[in-house]
Amino acid sequence: MSELIAQLTEWREALRQRRSAVVQRLPSWSGRVLAAVLLVIAIVLPFFFDPASGFMNATIIAFAYVVMALGLNVVVGFAGLLDLGYVAFYAFGAYCVGWFGSGFFYKAHVHVGVSHVAGALPGIHLNFILILVCAVLVTSVAGAAIGLPTLRLRGDYIAIVTLAFGEIIGVVAVNGQSIHLSGGETLTAGNLGISALDLPYFPVIGMFSLLDLRPWYWLILAIMLVVLFVNLRLRDSRLGRAWIALREDEVAAVSMGIPLVRTKLFAYSIGAAFGGMSGVFLGAYHTDVTGDDFAFSFSIFVLAMIIVGGLGSIWGAVFGALLLSYINYYLIPDVLNSVPHSLGLNFDLSQLSFGIFGFLLVLVMILRPQGLIPERRRRLELTEAIPAEDGQLAEGGQL
Amino acid sequence: MSVERVTKEFGGLVAVNDVSLDVPAHRIVSLIGPNGAGKTTLFNMLTGLYRPTSGRITFGGRDISRSRPDVITSMGVARTFQNIRLFGAMSALENVMIGRHSRLRAGLFGSILRTPAVRREERQVRERAGELLAYVGIGRAAFDRLAAQLSYGDQRRVEIARALASEPRLLLLDEPTAGMNPQESAALTDFMRKLQRELELTILLIEHDMKVVMEVSERVTVLDHGEKIAEGPAAEMRVDPRVIEAYLGKQE
Repeated sequence: MSELIAQLTEWREALRQRRSAVVQRLPSWSGRVLAAVLLVIAIVLPFFFDPASGFMNATIIAFAYVVMALGLNVVVGFAGLLDLGYVAFYAFGAYCVGWFGSGFFYKAHVHVGVSHVAGALPGIHLNFILILVCAVLVTSVAGAAIGLPTLRLRGDYIAIVTLAFGEIIGVVAVNGQSIHLSGGETLTAGNLGISALDLPYFPVIGMFSLLDLRPWYWLILAIMLVVLFVNLRLRDSRLGRAWIALREDEVAAVSMGIPLVRTKLFAYSIGAAFGGMSGVFLGAYHTDVTGDDFAFSFSIFVLAMIIVGGLGSIWGAVFGALLLSYINYYLIPDVLNSVPHSLGLNFDLSQLSFGIFGFLLVLVMILRPQGLIPERRRRLELTEAIPAEDGQLAEGGQL
Repeated sequence: MSVERVTKEFGGLVAVNDVSLDVPAHRIVSLIGPNGAGKTTLFNMLTGLYRPTSGRITFGGRDISRSRPDVITSMGVARTFQNIRLFGAMSALENVMIGRHSRLRAGLFGSILRTPAVRREERQVRERAGELLAYVGIGRAAFDRLAAQLSYGDQRRVEIARALASEPRLLLLDEPTAGMNPQESAALTDFMRKLQRELELTILLIEHDMKVVMEVSERVTVLDHGEKIAEGPAAEMRVDPRVIEAYLGKQE
């Protein structure tokens, strides 16, 4: 047995060396070519599937979760602030569509850049892009608001405060029906939901429909690419470095001239803004916004994505989000759901989905604690031996 | 840098009691005293990590007693730590680039769009960090290694390079020779002189190694139990009975 393990470790090491040798020999433009090929595949993908199929639906939702995961990765992965209330920003985003893209505020008559269908209805109807902008503004302010009370806290305590914040927002969403604004209108429609949301409409392209999911797909693909781009740029910037420094050692970071408040609030705001963008999309895509959509389990689901993918790693967040979303929205309900029945058991697999997720998480944590696509620095930290501290002391200094 | 009657209390404990101290420009001043004398607490107040309970700290004529650490850094005060505090998961080069944070201008949108100005700035900070690492004696091969993987001596050097990256006028070194052998301490002593001469730095030094203190510092301040018990030229301090008593106890 132990020989087998030794053999396996040896093979793995050999494989790793060969892989790194291959990677080093690749020309510098190979990354770009790979990205371009993936992009083209992503753009033409919908033509190979039925426009209203379960796979298209799952892919759209998966991309929305990628945006969520990328946002949470900024807060938790880059800046090291464990945020357990991320669902709040999903709620803010979704309610932005509810408020500014439906007949919910029926006494108002505001129409900006919408189709003639929506233009004839009472309520506030803004163009999807405008709602997106509103949501970014609202959620980045909300992100800073949740950031402020946690500034002096560390680790677990941040988690508790953000958890409470998420729960508060969820409870307000459910009970918002009883919160009266002026003129008999309420803040939310509680568990009844704000429904009949406007379908996104763009000049030239026209209005989206629920029978053809392709435009939805391209829309969320575009949002995802923008968020991905911003993430990559920020990671390699002055701000991105400052986040990692704060994560590593707060005292040293502020002593080196990093403004604590600004830098942390930026992380919270940017992370929240991405969550809000995804929330807008998901709200519009589900065509209603219901109070009990915003449960704690959502925050955990997104957190699980970035942990499985590899905390702090952008590609890890993308991969983790795709993996868990496909498992949850496609593999379990569409593909494998009837497996227990064919084995003569009387239940659906989707009833077991939480158990399956728990099992997968435990598996990843045991086999690959750094995540599936770990960040470079974490990979080094976890896998490469750190030399004895005083290794070079004996050599004599050259200072 | 000038410290006027500064006191710091933690609950009932008085860590630093009514200490005054002058650090004249372009000098090397040492702060000595037994463990727990309040030296590091004083450093933490000078760099803004703690706020003094009472008293005033001025730097270049401006009151910084209530300023944030990052503001003090951008005014030209940089430090190292007693127990090295590098960012372990960042490379040596990135550590030094962090030190330069307060001298950079790139904002959120500039970084996202990667404007020409931001590109230029990033290239310059990378170059400058490399120069500083070379200046403190780190070989190019070690630039991209994680700080946690460097040897102890190299970590000390990177920490000094990181402090220098913020272009300080005053450098605070908290026991820089801790854990070094005699040759390394001697090398560091020379290096401090070089810093003072070439970069026109003022250095405030916490040090236990009396050999280093004697060789490098013009003035010495002695703390014990949070109070200043003596101050003067290094040679006088070595034979001062109060100082000997603080370190070794009373002679019977």
